[in-house]
Amino acid sequence: MGLREYVIRRLLQLVVTFWAFFTLLFVLFRLVPGDPTSMFILDGMTPEQREQRIAELGLDQPLHVQYVEYISQLLTGDFGQSFIYREPVIDIIIVRFMNTIVLMGTALFFAYLIGLTFGALMGWWRGSKFERGGIVVTLAARSSPEFWVGIVLLSVFVFWLGWFPSGGMRTTGGELGGGFLARYGSTDFLRHLFLPALTGAIVFMATPTLLMRNTMLDVLNADFIEIKKAEGLPERTVLYRHAARNSVLPIVTVMAIATGAAMGGSVVIETVFNWPGMGREMVRAVNSNDYPVAMAAFFLMGSVVIIMNFLADLAYVYLDPRVEYE
Amino acid sequence: MSTETNSPVTRLFDGVANSARFIRDKFEAFEGDRLGQIGLVILATFIFIGIFARPITIDFLNITIPGLAPHDPTATRVGGRLEPPSLEHPLGTTVLGRDVFSQLIAGTRVTLLVGSLAAFMAVFIGTNIGLVSAYFGGWVDDVLMRITDIVYAVPFLPFAIVLVAILGSSIVNIIVAIVLVLWRSTARVIRSQVLSHKQRPYVESAEAIGASHVRIMYLHILPNVLPLAFLYAAFAVGWAVIAEASLSFLGFGDPTMLSWGEMIFNVYTADAIRVAWWWVFPPGIAIMLFVMSVFFIGRTLEKVVNPELRHQE
Repeated sequence: MGLREYVIRRLLQLVVTFWAFFTLLFVLFRLVPGDPTSMFILDGMTPEQREQRIAELGLDQPLHVQYVEYISQLLTGDFGQSFIYREPVIDIIIVRFMNTIVLMGTALFFAYLIGLTFGALMGWWRGSKFERGGIVVTLAARSSPEFWVGIVLLSVFVFWLGWFPSGGMRTTGGELGGGFLARYGSTDFLRHLFLPALTGAIVFMATPTLLMRNTMLDVLNADFIEIKKAEGLPERTVLYRHAARNSVLPIVTVMAIATGAAMGGSVVIETVFNWPGMGREMVRAVNSNDYPVAMAAFFLMGSVVIIMNFLADLAYVYLDPRVEYE
Repeated sequence: MSTETNSPVTRLFDGVANSARFIRDKFEAFEGDRLGQIGLVILATFIFIGIFARPITIDFLNITIPGLAPHDPTATRVGGRLEPPSLEHPLGTTVLGRDVFSQLIAGTRVTLLVGSLAAFMAVFIGTNIGLVSAYFGGWVDDVLMRITDIVYAVPFLPFAIVLVAILGSSIVNIIVAIVLVLWRSTARVIRSQVLSHKQRPYVESAEAIGASHVRIMYLHILPNVLPLAFLYAAFAVGWAVIAEASLSFLGFGDPTMLSWGEMIFNVYTADAIRVAWWWVFPPGIAIMLFVMSVFFIGRTLEKVVNPELRHQE
């Protein structure tokens, strides 16, 4: 099977996965509670209002009609109206989505930057105290739920040292609006971003660190490293140019899994730091029975994970010519 | 493996010998592995605390073993409000005057319960799916692995939140939500292991003799991949505990069973995080220590499953 066929097959798989995910959403949000109308009906409605609302939402239609209708709505980005804000869900969620992407993107970037460097050094100095200590620190970070890391950082840097604001995304009364840079580039914003992003970076760092260390150990056993050392190249060159570069490949495959973890992490981290992102919005929506918003948030999170899985697979075959397309 | 194979008795002996070898290997692996030993000690301590957290009454002997918790963890006003640690209350009191130390001890049970049950069920499902998928191959494999792929597309925590919110916040629903996602990694890794075992001579000879599929899968192949399942179970305990703690922290915990995550949720809702360090830090440290202990143990088991790692240390 050639590369082209592989990509086409993978694309078909992507479509199937999306369809299955849509169906899962439909089942979760419309079928599971005994009465599917209950979640769309607010308490204290008169029977007439109830009837009207049910008809409005198309909930009096047979299930398969609802299903088709539902899928076409999702495909056109129509998530309905929020029960609480009384606004189209899409308008609420898009801003929150951007905020989440900025936060989690920053966290993942630093997690991988630090993780890869740290892991490479741990592999390079194997058996040393540095490596032993590094493993314990990494495992401790991986064993901590995001909210716990966040609380420790809050206690130290906010309550004790008072260096950072305790939460939110910008100081109230600060400049709002403007372009992308004005929104996400101001020092005020960066001060608010620092702690939540650091929380994510600490938690997500463990996977790339341990994986990088393991693959480094494999690569360092390979003959070509001995040859490079015998050629008399400086250690740093062998480490960075030859050993580390060849160890990065397996990391690509876990990037997708990391995105999934980041989506879950966003829910917790945003709650701890009052970050106005999609994760916190989802918790709020679920707690206040605002199901259209909850569903849209869940839909976006799943979509990001599915697409990252797809991209990781493509990147892998592109980066490693030896891979067989199966 | 014995030469005049495949009478049920010899198979049974082989199975026992295999398991014995595995357990011996396990203990050998723990020798000289400081982290693994530390993990075992911490875990054993938590199990002890969990079992004896509350008074246990044995009816027919008519005795009661006193619990470790000095106070009833749910009784309000056993002390003043938000009292800092003292001799009477080693970890202070909550905003409702509850004893934090007793809550911490009682919470150990919930953690053990969720961790062990969720991990066992997830690995049980994952192992069976991986085994069946690899053994039969063809369309069975295709269907099961596509389902696994789809589960990989589901973000773990958000899914658990939605499911628990819809089904209700009970410990059973929390475990179900965790299990429904957590089996995926075991399924994938067991499948790839079984694929390589399927090609080996012992499976072929069993087939030639006419052993049934079920027999080959569960009596011949399964014992060989079981160590890997143990490894994934250790990690699954860690992930399950983190997931339960996160769910509880977000307010979706079982209100009738006070867990460590829920304790921190209570600090948050009482807006006491700035003052009551004695209330926030103990449950957080407990969660971290517990999960670390199973990850340390997992790392040691990894060396049994993958002996190559032993030379890398």
